[in-house]
Amino acid sequence: MAEADTIRCDACPVLCHIKEGRAGACDRYGNRGGQLVRLDPHIVLERAVRQGEAVVPFLEMGREWDGTMVRTPETFVTAIGAGTTYPDYKPAPFIISSQVGGADVVTVVTEGIFSYCGVKVKIDTDRYLGAECSPVRAQDEPVGHVTTSEYGSQMLSLGGVHHLTGGGKREGRVTCETLLDLCNGKAVELAIEGGARVTVQAGKPPVVNGAREERMRVGCGSATIGMFAKQWFGKADEVVVVDDHITGVLSEHQAGKLLGIPPTGIKLKGRRSTPGRYFQVAEPGTAWGGTNITEPLSILGEWNAKIAWPGLRLLMVSTTGEHYAYFELDEKLRPMAKDLPAQLEESVERVAENCEPAMASVLFMAGAGGSLRAGVTENPVRLTQSVRAALTHVTCGGAPVYVWPGGGITFMVDVTRMPENAFGYVPTPALVAPIEFTMKKEDYAALGGHVASIRPLDAILRGETRRREAPRSENPWPLTPAAPKEDL
Amino acid sequence: MREPAVIRMLPDGRRLHLHDGPIDLVVEAFGPAESVRAAYGAGAARFVSVLDELCGDLTLLRQRAGAGPRRPEGPIARRMFEAVEPFAEETFITPMAAVAGAVAEEILGAMVSAAELERAYVNNGGDIALYFAPGRQWSVALVDRPDKPSLFGRAILRAEDGIRGIATSGWRGRSFSLGIADAVTVLGETAARADAAATIVANAVDLPGHPAIERIEAREISPDSDLGDLRVTRGVGALEADEIQKALARGLDQAERLRATGLIRAAALRLGGETRVTSEVAEGAALFAGDPLRERSVLHA
Repeated sequence: MAEADTIRCDACPVLCHIKEGRAGACDRYGNRGGQLVRLDPHIVLERAVRQGEAVVPFLEMGREWDGTMVRTPETFVTAIGAGTTYPDYKPAPFIISSQVGGADVVTVVTEGIFSYCGVKVKIDTDRYLGAECSPVRAQDEPVGHVTTSEYGSQMLSLGGVHHLTGGGKREGRVTCETLLDLCNGKAVELAIEGGARVTVQAGKPPVVNGAREERMRVGCGSATIGMFAKQWFGKADEVVVVDDHITGVLSEHQAGKLLGIPPTGIKLKGRRSTPGRYFQVAEPGTAWGGTNITEPLSILGEWNAKIAWPGLRLLMVSTTGEHYAYFELDEKLRPMAKDLPAQLEESVERVAENCEPAMASVLFMAGAGGSLRAGVTENPVRLTQSVRAALTHVTCGGAPVYVWPGGGITFMVDVTRMPENAFGYVPTPALVAPIEFTMKKEDYAALGGHVASIRPLDAILRGETRRREAPRSENPWPLTPAAPKEDL
Repeated sequence: MREPAVIRMLPDGRRLHLHDGPIDLVVEAFGPAESVRAAYGAGAARFVSVLDELCGDLTLLRQRAGAGPRRPEGPIARRMFEAVEPFAEETFITPMAAVAGAVAEEILGAMVSAAELERAYVNNGGDIALYFAPGRQWSVALVDRPDKPSLFGRAILRAEDGIRGIATSGWRGRSFSLGIADAVTVLGETAARADAAATIVANAVDLPGHPAIERIEAREISPDSDLGDLRVTRGVGALEADEIQKALARGLDQAERLRATGLIRAAALRLGGETRVTSEVAEGAALFAGDPLRERSVLHA
């Protein structure tokens, strides 16, 4: 009975032993990797549809609980797996009180079912993905469109009620699946009409037509010369920024000229475009600056003996700062490798620092409707007003959200800041996302909150079935969003 | 951590949803609004302690019926016990085979004793207890696959037919089956008896030793299963037409035996797109017929 891969569920008095990968008698709780997880309750009600999918763990955030009474607000209960209540006038599933700096704070925890929702995707790439307004398809179904180009990236808008419920049945299902996968951090393949195929995964490099975007460089070789010329001035006599696209040479470049940097007699291979800018110094590759070279001197010819001088200081660096080398010319004007002088280190680091890993980012955007707000207060509009007045703090699975100005509670959240598998779906189709509202207890009472349903935090913590997650360091602590957690 | 029972109205505003642990009931009553309200209140009040009562007898309920002299204590457990007893002599069966029907009956009983209703049903995942005021009738539609609902039969049930329970069993369902039926639907005098009988008939729709049938010991999937090391059906591959006929014939034999002894009123058996029904019942009315749906129907699986 008590096999290693079997856990005992204590969600109800049946106390099922559940094997790895199986569900208990209720089909609502299952064992995944030795952890008791809750299966989405909405799925059970509609169990005719794709049973067993959309596993939503029931969790709370906080440090490992040592069994003692909770004295400080170390724990924040997220709405993931909390379920919803129906009819709408019923209080939300969890209304939890805790103490923050001596004040009573209430967090209303619920899961919202969002038909009005979608994701905004930002893809870091210089490649052409498709024209603005072009349909974006997943599994041949339209799930969104190309929207604006931003600096170094292309934006897509996916989902929304039009695709979820306004189109064909399959369109709605595929849209829901696409949004769910993207929000839960899975990779999704998208085809842009008249454009590229992209594989998008939140927080991961995008893959465009099969090629993985690695780094978002600060600029091409020539642009890098322009940006950093002043920082190199006086510390090196010549700088070459190696780039597969345009390699820059400081002394010949306009930026060098303006600083009065004298000619050095350097000779670049490749095709000169304009002064200080060279195309095709090498073949494309994965080494220096996206070229195939590993030995930077191989792109240089003989130095002009009439101009160059012994002791000339040469810095060679790639556009990402990943590769660099420093040389000084000897008596015969041969570049001799030397350690990078301390005064140049900083400039090389600056180049590297200005490059960012290319990423696809996914923001979930949704509006909390009147029904959801009614689970928080008897007077839904007051919740909106309270959020507007910054008395109520909104989080999504414990992650901070941006609440749009204007009416309603329309918010955006970076899905990578939320716990794993925070999203579920209902076959409507619509997405299920956690949402938490935190406010002072007196403010909660003032806005007509379900004060009688407030339960203390330690009552929620009892039992072992809840998943605990360490808070993410990049997120403000939800109970004291203005201050870092350490300052509590 | 124990979760509280869920008591709520479904989005249509008409049906009551009761959920606690593995029990999930959809309830609907018809009659004057205040009667419906009172019935729902009584059903919900009865519901909240049902799971705890059953768990008190759980060990006994998971043992083969008739294996010992001990009898369960709770009223629902006793009803389960009594429902499976007539089958226990010739086959392995535990009272758990009647749990869904017995719970449905209990809740329906609480509802109809609290208010005067025209009709009501308690649907416990496809095992349904029915109530009719005199002169009322239910139109019932049958589906074989909950994941791909398509009707394969209908029945008009009248108050005077004496049918108060409908139950369906099949290997695709939530409970384990020893047979290969996609669905066996049984009409019986009580929901608990229909529940147990559907299990028995569905087990009988079988092709023992057939290579296309995947079976696994029940405890491999669920360590607590009352079926222990009995091999339950996990998959049914392609079957020849004559094999389907043969399996259905075995099941129909069993169903006819139960009907002859009065343990069930009728049964419809479904496998591989083929349907068999037990012979006609009293007054020459076919219980399962192709009548168009005239009234609200209970779709179930």
